[in-house]
Amino acid sequence: MKSLKSQVIKPINSQIMKSLKSASVILLCTFLLTSCNNDDDNPTLPQPVNEEEVITTLTAILTPNLAGGTAITLKTQDLDGDGPNVPVVTVSGNLTPNTTYNGVITLLNETVSPAENITTEVEEESNEHQFFYTIGNGLNITTEYTNNDANGNPLGTEFKVITSGSSSGDLTFTLRHEPTKPNDGTLDNAGGETDISATFDITIQ
Amino acid sequence: MRIYYLMTLLFSSAICISQNCNSILSGSVIDSHDGSVLPNATLIVAGIETEVVTNKNGVFSIKNLCDKTYSIQVFHQNCTTKGYTVKVSGNTTKLFKLEHHIEELNEITVKSHLKNKTKTLIETKISNKQLEQYSSSTLGDALNSISGVSSLKTGNTVVKPLINGLHSSRVVIINNGVRMEDQEWGSEHAPNIDVNTAGNITLIKGAGALKYSGNAVGGIIISEAPKIPVKDSIYGKTLLTGVSNGRGGTLTSQLTKSLKNGWYGNLIGTIKRFGDFESPKYILSNTGLLEQSTSVRLGFNKFNYGLEGHYSLFKNEIGILRASHIGGAQDQINAINSDKPLIINEFTYNIAEPMQNVTHHLARVNGFKKFEKLGKLTVQYNFQRNNRLEFDIRRGNDAKKASLDLELNTHSFSIDLASTLSESTKLKTGISTGYQNNIANPETGVRRLIPDYKKSTFGVYGVLEHNMNSKFSFETGVRLDYAFMDVYKFYRTSFWESRNYDLLFPELVIEDLGSQVLTNPKLEFYTLSATAGVNYSITDKNSFYFNYSLASRPPNPSELFSEGLHHSASRIELGDLTFSEEISHKFTSAFKHQNERFSFAFNPYINIISNFIVIEPTQIQQTLRGNFQVWEYRQTNAQLLGADIDASIILTENLNLNHQFSLVKGYNRITSFALINMPPGNAKNEIVYKNPKCNNLQLSLQSNYVFRQNEFPNTNFSVYIPEAGKYELVDFSTPPNAYHLLNFKSNIDFSLTKKSILNLGFSVSNIFNISYRNYLNRLRYYSDDQGRAFILSLKINY
Repeated sequence: MKSLKSQVIKPINSQIMKSLKSASVILLCTFLLTSCNNDDDNPTLPQPVNEEEVITTLTAILTPNLAGGTAITLKTQDLDGDGPNVPVVTVSGNLTPNTTYNGVITLLNETVSPAENITTEVEEESNEHQFFYTIGNGLNITTEYTNNDANGNPLGTEFKVITSGSSSGDLTFTLRHEPTKPNDGTLDNAGGETDISATFDITIQ
Repeated sequence: MRIYYLMTLLFSSAICISQNCNSILSGSVIDSHDGSVLPNATLIVAGIETEVVTNKNGVFSIKNLCDKTYSIQVFHQNCTTKGYTVKVSGNTTKLFKLEHHIEELNEITVKSHLKNKTKTLIETKISNKQLEQYSSSTLGDALNSISGVSSLKTGNTVVKPLINGLHSSRVVIINNGVRMEDQEWGSEHAPNIDVNTAGNITLIKGAGALKYSGNAVGGIIISEAPKIPVKDSIYGKTLLTGVSNGRGGTLTSQLTKSLKNGWYGNLIGTIKRFGDFESPKYILSNTGLLEQSTSVRLGFNKFNYGLEGHYSLFKNEIGILRASHIGGAQDQINAINSDKPLIINEFTYNIAEPMQNVTHHLARVNGFKKFEKLGKLTVQYNFQRNNRLEFDIRRGNDAKKASLDLELNTHSFSIDLASTLSESTKLKTGISTGYQNNIANPETGVRRLIPDYKKSTFGVYGVLEHNMNSKFSFETGVRLDYAFMDVYKFYRTSFWESRNYDLLFPELVIEDLGSQVLTNPKLEFYTLSATAGVNYSITDKNSFYFNYSLASRPPNPSELFSEGLHHSASRIELGDLTFSEEISHKFTSAFKHQNERFSFAFNPYINIISNFIVIEPTQIQQTLRGNFQVWEYRQTNAQLLGADIDASIILTENLNLNHQFSLVKGYNRITSFALINMPPGNAKNEIVYKNPKCNNLQLSLQSNYVFRQNEFPNTNFSVYIPEAGKYELVDFSTPPNAYHLLNFKSNIDFSLTKKSILNLGFSVSNIFNISYRNYLNRLRYYSDDQGRAFILSLKINY
């Protein structure tokens, strides 16, 4: 009886020892692995992110056709992007009645130094972008596109503003990414995603 | 060998001269793995051929034995039969331990006793057979079949489980013994688990399972690998599913080899591919999916020790509805006002931006050893690496670059001890420690959504279970956790100052870069969680449960550090550095009735949560991109009150009815407004026809009625529309209407050879192709939900 028992038990015992040994080796290895990782105390600080796509500033310069007229600058600047500060909007002066202005839009990313010109990027991807000009109630102006994308559809980083009688109201510039092209010039019809939307309070006097 | 041994005993006992033969041998039969009792185990006493069967508590008693040595064989349908020699001397008690295995071969569903993770909370298990029906869907979809669970979705493929109204960091997922660390804080981050790798899934609606975690304010989901028998065998299965909607399917295959000496190996591979899904009226453009997963398991399992190594890789690429990628509030108005998505393209398998690309590695080693007095000791180490890439529609050189690139590495190590103090008292104790680091790639060109951080955790727990008598048992436990976070976060100077952080925490700034500051917050959280509960069997058929759980959850990185535009949600999200931990008191009770024809469970609960972290819209922020809604994380007090009801009726031998109803009401206790994103009432009714004689034919028709959520906070806002020259209201909060879906399922078995079975399944979801929108689908503003789908599945077991 006794011998039978011990025979049965002995091989099991040695197997236990064996497997415990291998188990402890594996566990030891994992300990080493973890501790290595724990010690990896990287002293270098994380790098700030270069926000390459952000548009912080839109400037529209309206130059009158007539010699001697004053150019008007419409500017909106939001240096903290989607941070809590609101954009600072400035209009340099009033427009003159019955005048045609040539407009040029410049988009800048001023979070990087030197500031990056985003207009170039938009013009490079002209087929996927378009500016829309929305004229608020009461403002007596009309607009015209003066530059096109590679397919001959309006792009609108360059445009004309034609004023008529004295009045005041909102003028909104909206840049859409991937709009339906061609479209009828309205935001609703164009769809796409808004990249920028800037409203200016304009007076014609 | 054992036979000889028994034979010797048998003979020797026969020769013995009879003495006092009025002794009683009594005791119980338990599972050597976890000490749970084994009812219906048969004991045969050799020589006198007396046969007894254990009762439902695993207890037996053999009368009229003589005072001598007997050999007793113990049988149980799921266990390897074992022989014992027992010396009877007067009234003797003896504990028999069997190695219990659920027979996985050929998918025989065994109606064994439930091996519960907690004793005083109702637990729901999804069996392997049920899981197979979700082979081509997600873990979230499978869990949705349980009462009290709903899904928080982003489209059809990003599905997060909501347990009793709570989700994300409040739901802990344990995958093969490993707590998933897969950036679960994000509401559009689905669990990185392939549903095909799970042997079974257990859901615990509460924080009671302290072994796993102390911060499961919502609940715990435990996915376990299939058990492998200790015998010489090789078996496997292959499951192929084709789905009409999305024009794709899943192929999954697994193979298991096991040896009598305890060694085993298991290999699982899955590939899932879908193109654009379709709503009843249009194609949901860019909603395709490609998912791959592999899992390898190798180990050996002896009666009282074992070791296992496991590695799994999960990789997916998920397209997000193209029309949901929008700019500011003005775009949102257009999208909401349109009755169909603003972008609908031709069907394609291509996945373009916006999309997610996630890779999750999981490696684990664990071993256990049973000590006679101490109990079962388990030691485990695991490592996880989660890399999440999110792609938005971008301009210029960044067009194909990820806008979010996070790598989360987690190491954890734990020691657990399950001891049996006495026949009726069990104690589970353990410690765990972990280290985590998050690396946010700065090359994305987008400010980090989650900052770089390092986190160390330490936890210790103890849970005591005691059976007072066969009717009454109680459980109590406590857990302490410590977490330390060392964070490097860039704040916008304007935000840092607007929150007065410059006055509150000037010492945190380590570098001033002008428009932003680099800060180094070091946060510590000590949390306490506890549970106490009772389970009372009123009669054989009726039982009552009551449990109280205290859970504490430290705020997650997203709640602490969010700061900026979250593009996929088209809103600005702001976290708060000053948050403290969330503390939940959940009271759950349950009444269960079960007889041969009818079973019923009623499970009401109340969850009172202080410092509840909720994200709510607070204002409109003007930016150059337009106006955006600002959603701020806030701490408040909340209350969730609800109930889940389950009932099933066996009408005839072949026909039964299943019913489920769940309702939860969530309130902000300070403002008394309803909480956002609470699941609406949901009723499921099912009629099932089963005929085991006719190739196991099973047919079922399920009706799912989802009520309209009538209680919601009003988060509508007005925004200036230059074209109209006026302010317009954006209806962002009104929930969609109620809907009713009908689903059909069927399957049948065919024997191919002696060992292999072919199972054919055919099902239809949304039979009537109903157009509906779900309140808990984040894409409900932009498109209808999925339309009808025909699903054909073919499974071979071999």
